[in-house]
Parts: sequence; C-alpha cells; structure tokens
Amino acid sequence: MIQLCPSADLVPRKVTRIVKPELPVPLALIKIGELIYCIDDTCSHEPTSLADGWLENFEVECPLHESRFDIRTGKPDCPPARHSIRTHPVAIVDGMICVEEASVRMDASDDAPVVDAVR
Amino acid sequence: MNSVGIVGTGLAGIRAAEALRSEGFEGRIMIVGDESTAPYDRPPLSKDVLLGKCDLKDISLLDTGAREDLDAEWILGIRAVALDPISKVLTLDDGRALDFDGLVIASGARARRLSGMRDVAGVHTLRTIEDAHRLRDDLSQFRRVVVVGGGFIGAEVASSARSLGNDVTIVESEKTPLLRQLGQVAAEAVSRLHVEHGVRLVTEVSVTAILGEHRVSGVELSDGRILAADVVVVGVGAEPNVEWLRTSGITCDSGVLTDEWCRTDVPYVVAAGDVASYRSRSGSLRIEHWTNARDMPLTAARSLLAEMCGRDAMDGPPYDPLPYVWSDQYGRHLQMAGRPGHGDVLELVSGAFEERWLAVYRHNGEVTGVLGVDTPKEFGHLKRELRSSWARRGTAISSM
Repeated sequence: MIQLCPSADLVPRKVTRIVKPELPVPLALIKIGELIYCIDDTCSHEPTSLADGWLENFEVECPLHESRFDIRTGKPDCPPARHSIRTHPVAIVDGMICVEEASVRMDASDDAPVVDAVR
Repeated sequence: MNSVGIVGTGLAGIRAAEALRSEGFEGRIMIVGDESTAPYDRPPLSKDVLLGKCDLKDISLLDTGAREDLDAEWILGIRAVALDPISKVLTLDDGRALDFDGLVIASGARARRLSGMRDVAGVHTLRTIEDAHRLRDDLSQFRRVVVVGGGFIGAEVASSARSLGNDVTIVESEKTPLLRQLGQVAAEAVSRLHVEHGVRLVTEVSVTAILGEHRVSGVELSDGRILAADVVVVGVGAEPNVEWLRTSGITCDSGVLTDEWCRTDVPYVVAAGDVASYRSRSGSLRIEHWTNARDMPLTAARSLLAEMCGRDAMDGPPYDPLPYVWSDQYGRHLQMAGRPGHGDVLELVSGAFEERWLAVYRHNGEVTGVLGVDTPKEFGHLKRELRSSWARRGTAISSM
C-alpha cells in the first residue's frame, strides 16, 4: 500500500493532486459525500493535470480541451480524449488514504490506447 | 424513415453519426467523404504530424470498437456532387445515387488559396493528412520557409517549422498577426512569441506573386520586396464546401444557413460544423473552431431525429455555445473563450505579457471574452463564469 494523504486533508468536491516519489504517475483524489475517488491525474489526451480542471457531479473536466472524465469509471464523455483514465480503489488506514501499488503500476494498465488504422 | 446520409468524414460528420446512435437511431447510416483515409482529427496536423511525432494511426477519430459500434456504411474517397431534397437523393461523383430519409451536411471547409496562386512545387496549404505529409517532407528537405498569414494555422506551422530548424518568415497583411481576433494589445503579446523564437515577421504587406518556374523560389510582396523561399505555406483562412448544394435549393450564404436547431430551410436536412452558418444572437455565425465541429452535430442529430419522428425539434435546447478555441505555439498553450467585439477593452487579470498571463475582454464592464497563455486552471474558472453569463444573456435576448 502506498500512503497518499490524510483523509482529513481532503476538501469535499475539490480535486487534490498527489505527487510522490513512490507513485509512477500523479494521482488525483476527490471526496464526494463519504466516498473517496482516486484517478490518474493526467488527461489521456495531452499531458495536463486534471486537478487543474473542474468537478461537476461525478465528472472532472480537463482544463485544456473540455473532455470530461467520469471519476467512477474513468471514461471520457467527448473528444478530444478517446481513452479512459485509470481509476484506483483506495482504503483508509489509520486516517491515511492508501492505494494498492499494483493498481497504480504502469504495467497494471489494462486500458492502454488501442487505436488502429482503420479503413 | 430509416436511413440517414452524412456528407463529410471530419469531426462533425463522425460526431453526427455518434450522436444519431446515442440518441437511439437504429436505421442505416451512410457516411460519404471525399477523403479516402479513415476519419482523423485535424488539430495535430500543424503540430505533432509536421514534427513527425505522430501520424494517421495516432489521430484516428474512431478506434476499431467505436467504428463497429457505429455500424455505418462508409463511402470514402467519393465526393457528393448534388442534392435533391425533394426526392431525397444524394448524387455522388461516381454516378451513384443514394436515397435517404434524413441528411446531415458536414462537408466542412477547405483551405483558401491566394487569388491567382499558381500550382508550383513547394507551395502548400494545410488541411488534410496528405497536405501535412507533403509539407513535412518539404520542411525536412528545404530550409527557407515563408508562411503567408499569421493566424492560428500560420502561427502553428511557423512554430513547428522553427523547431525543425527551418528559417521562417511570416507575411501578415495586418499590422500584427491575429489583430482582428485578439485586438491590438493581446495580438502584440502573442505575436512576440514569433520574434522570440527567431521567426521574422513581415507585416502590413500582402503577397502579390509566387515566384519560380518548376519549384517556388520566393514570393513578391505588395511593397515590391522579394522574399526568397524554398517552401511557401499559405494559411489565409478557409472556405466552406457549399458548391455541391448549388442546385439543391438550400439557402447558403457564407456557409449553409441554419436556425438555432441546426436545421436548413429544407425539411429533413440539417447542417453542422465548419460548413454551417447558424442563427445566433449576433446574426449568422460560421465558426471554424474544433469545438464547434465537436458540439454542433449533437443539436443537428437531435433535430433531425425529432423531425423524422414527427416531434418538434424546438422542444430541445437551441445551439448556443460559448465559442472556445486553443492554439499551441512554441510550447505555449493559448486559450480563448467568448466572442469579444472589436472595441472591447482587454484587462490583464494575472501574470505578465512576457510570460504566462490571463486576461479578460470587457464591453460596458461586462466580460465578453477570456484569453490566457499557459494559465489553464485560472482560465478554466473564468471560462466557467463566462459560460453561465453567456447562457443567461442568450436567454435574455431570445425572450425579448
């Protein structure tokens, strides 16, 4: 388990960016009600921080090109993003939000870009 | 009422097809486009494609799964040449006639050429993947590049050519590139990037002739000067592809005229994207922004399906988006939202014009536009605010 931050630090409905040496990529945490969602912080279209974007209901809007990702599924609602971002289950251990190392490892990704040249 | 034709395989055409399906249309979808390649996204053409960082396979608009989900019939490399909306027949340039119940016009726009522009090797416009490949090849073989027109496409091409090591000059007819779009203060701040990156700016002149016999050797300017060039890129705007509709009876002005629900003046025919000129609070608007091609087809598809099902399209929301455009130049990200008028006053909100900055345009105190360079987070907040006031103002105007 990788410790991300104390759960008390999260402001409800605010997207919080987490960068740590033990994380292969930056993550973003969002608290809605009693639930905490954890997603990859980087937009799947162009490298930019989704924490700089805007949360509306369960969607975070990329600040550059307006694709909105569902924080529950990682799916974008419209182009230019075409690929999902990853979502990660988290647990709270002694007040700390933790994520499984296996989940955030880059080779753990099962939604790698699949774009074929089609005719 | 079971088949819809879509003319155009750019973003607007594909988005129309996707919207038809997501709105529950289960009939035939026939997509006609004059490009023979699978649908792709155009913004990277002036950037990563020129730089050789990505190619057609990376900018596909539909992956295999999405393409299967659409379940459309593809008629690629074929041009629509005529439309008869009374008998609902689309004529193609291979002589075929397609019957349809509903039609989406998304035939887009093409790069404008200089008047009297000769077709000599080395002279380019940039609109398609083939254009990008030809230009990329020329940029790698030749050194001196003249870009005619300092708009977004011209600026992005200049930026890409510069980072490939080319010697680049921009010829701009106004006093400053992007003057009309951004106003004097912001246009100066943005065009400073060119100079800082070693691109020469030649302003307040136009190109009067392309020089060279078999290959371009330079351009002649309106003040008599001659600029030597191995490659010339013409980025002077785009023209809507409406000629094929001449005999259709559909009213076209600068683009296919539609109402706020993207309906043309002929039943069962809607239009969206670069080709469409929609009725808005400030008259007819034909917007060539990528975001317009992404969003307008949703309204068009809904209106078409409503009509085909005997419902009133006007029960749905009209198309009235906050215009939004971005541009990537010299590693900087420029974002602009809204539609400021010519006299609107620019007010710096944060940062400094020399680096990253955020500004708003005001008219009688009210914000009409937001412009930012490398300030995505702050820009997003202001854009949000503008989006809601834009919607409020639109409602106020339409209820007057």
